[in-house]
Amino acid sequence: MNFQAIRAIWIYEMARMRRTMLQSIVSPVLSTALYFVVFGSAIGSRISHVGGVSYGAFIVPGLIMLNLLTQSISNASFGIYFPRFVGTIYEILSAPISAVEIVIAYVGAAAAKSIFLGLLTLATAAVFININILHPLWMLAFLLLTSVTFSLFGFVIGIWADSFEKLQLIPLLIVTPLTFLGGSFYSIDMLPPFWRNVTLINPVVYLISGFRWSFYGLSDINVGISLSMTLLFLALCLGIVAWIFKTGYRLKT
Amino acid sequence: MSPIISVSHLSKTYAGGRVALKDVSLEINKGEIFALLGPNGAGKTTLISIICGIVTPTAGQISAAGHDIIRDYRAARAMIGLVPQELTIDFFESVFATVKLSRGLFGKKPDDAYLESLLRDLALWDRKDSQARTLSGGMKRRLMIAKALSHEPNILFLDEPTAGVDVELRRGMWDLVRKLRAAGTTIILTTHYLEEAEEMADRVGVIRQGELILVEDKKRLMQQLGKKKLTLALSAPLAALPASLHAFALSLSDDGSELTYTYAEDGGTAPVAALLESLNAAGIGIADLRTEQSSLEDIFVGLIGKSS
Ligand SMILES: Nc1ncnc2c1ncn2[C@@H]1O[C@H](COP(=O)(O)OP(=O)(O)OP(=O)(O)O)[C@@H](O)[C@H]1O
Ligand SMILES: [Mg+2]
Repeated sequence: MNFQAIRAIWIYEMARMRRTMLQSIVSPVLSTALYFVVFGSAIGSRISHVGGVSYGAFIVPGLIMLNLLTQSISNASFGIYFPRFVGTIYEILSAPISAVEIVIAYVGAAAAKSIFLGLLTLATAAVFININILHPLWMLAFLLLTSVTFSLFGFVIGIWADSFEKLQLIPLLIVTPLTFLGGSFYSIDMLPPFWRNVTLINPVVYLISGFRWSFYGLSDINVGISLSMTLLFLALCLGIVAWIFKTGYRLKT
Repeated sequence: MSPIISVSHLSKTYAGGRVALKDVSLEINKGEIFALLGPNGAGKTTLISIICGIVTPTAGQISAAGHDIIRDYRAARAMIGLVPQELTIDFFESVFATVKLSRGLFGKKPDDAYLESLLRDLALWDRKDSQARTLSGGMKRRLMIAKALSHEPNILFLDEPTAGVDVELRRGMWDLVRKLRAAGTTIILTTHYLEEAEEMADRVGVIRQGELILVEDKKRLMQQLGKKKLTLALSAPLAALPASLHAFALSLSDDGSELTYTYAEDGGTAPVAALLESLNAAGIGIADLRTEQSSLEDIFVGLIGKSS
């Protein structure tokens, strides 16, 4: 293991993130506050409780996931896309560093930042509403698992993208809709049976459901299934990353 | 001298079918300065990129200090530093953070004192906190060199280090390269300035259309292929060359006032002395003389032109 390299990339990435920290902090804090105003007050006044939890509290896990997914993908995809774009990737390719180490460093740095922002979202929500977390360790486990999985996914996007437009494309076109349709703001039990089954194709449903369970002990889907689906997606991303390095896809000519 | 880099039967065909290298075999000796010459698109950068692990070879083996660059890539790469042809730096990062990252990537423990002396040597220390985008072009180039040297490599590749660099900076780089060589670093450089190879290199390799057409000791190359030209101004014009001088490759100017003698400097025989004797014997007086020597540039142009 080239620990020096992992450390160096980590420090470098963290410095880059610190430079943009203000933007990074403003966005989740502001969006969380806005969601509370709009959804919490407007809809919450009509739906007072979902499964015994106040509507305001009900949407918190979904909001955190929304920020976590967006941040993981954008941090990780940009982190690896940028050296490809400016050409400094040559240095990473010519260094005595393995694929595993590159992934640990870049994905680790991106995941760390998104976990921080996820917790920040939680803290912002706590300003508006009383939150009790039933299974804090599971909550952290889901936070970690999700941020790592989606940072890996972001890493894949950052390697696949060959323009800034493509870098934005997947988050905008796929992730945001999936998150909104993933039960952030409603229980999928509220849907008609047909749409409920359609929703089950959406991987984000499992993440949000499992994450919400760790807060309130209530879930749309069995926690075991949520966890398995998350691990499955993690394995899929790991597989793609392994394939990328094996073939040198978009990295080497 | 033992080879520190050994390339054997290396070929590269890029996706799309462009053949960049054809069966190249080459050995670089420890501690030498090797200049790789060739016209645009010859395959110089491709060769360097493969050795450094940036481009995958299609066929062939390469080892650095006995370490196969693919099987044993960690050991091989740890000893190699690369200054690529293109200026590629993270424009938003500071000079010091940039070299710190480079050092770390190559597995070296942080050593700020070493990095400081490196940046001082390259006259970048007073800009250490500047963002790279605020540096001048020459400073950016020096930063590229600092990055490559940050991990104290034994082997340094310089892909056109002096392209677009002013005379003073070019001299500075030559001095730096000599200093590195004196400290035991092996240096492989590519350049389009032949005077640079002439000035610096111990050996020269010429690539043309992906083929290594020549590898030679620079001095020997200049002796073997270098031509000397001796021009004699005669004290009285000649109508024609006397028969006694036909053995020499002489040409007489149109007005008969100058004789030009072209010869190879092969070290052993002294053709000039023989010519002067023969001229003397033929009673031809000499008013003045001058000599010209072909440069590596003339040799190079001759080589590339002849075989294409
Ligand atoms: N990534 C690539 N994909 C496809 N072809 C490439 C690629 N890189 C280089 N080539 C081709 O390979 C050949 C050799 O290119 P290379 O960059 O090695 O030449 P060079 O000798 O360094 O030239 P120059 O003096 O212009 O730097 C050229 O025909 C070039 O077009
Ligand atoms: Mg080149």
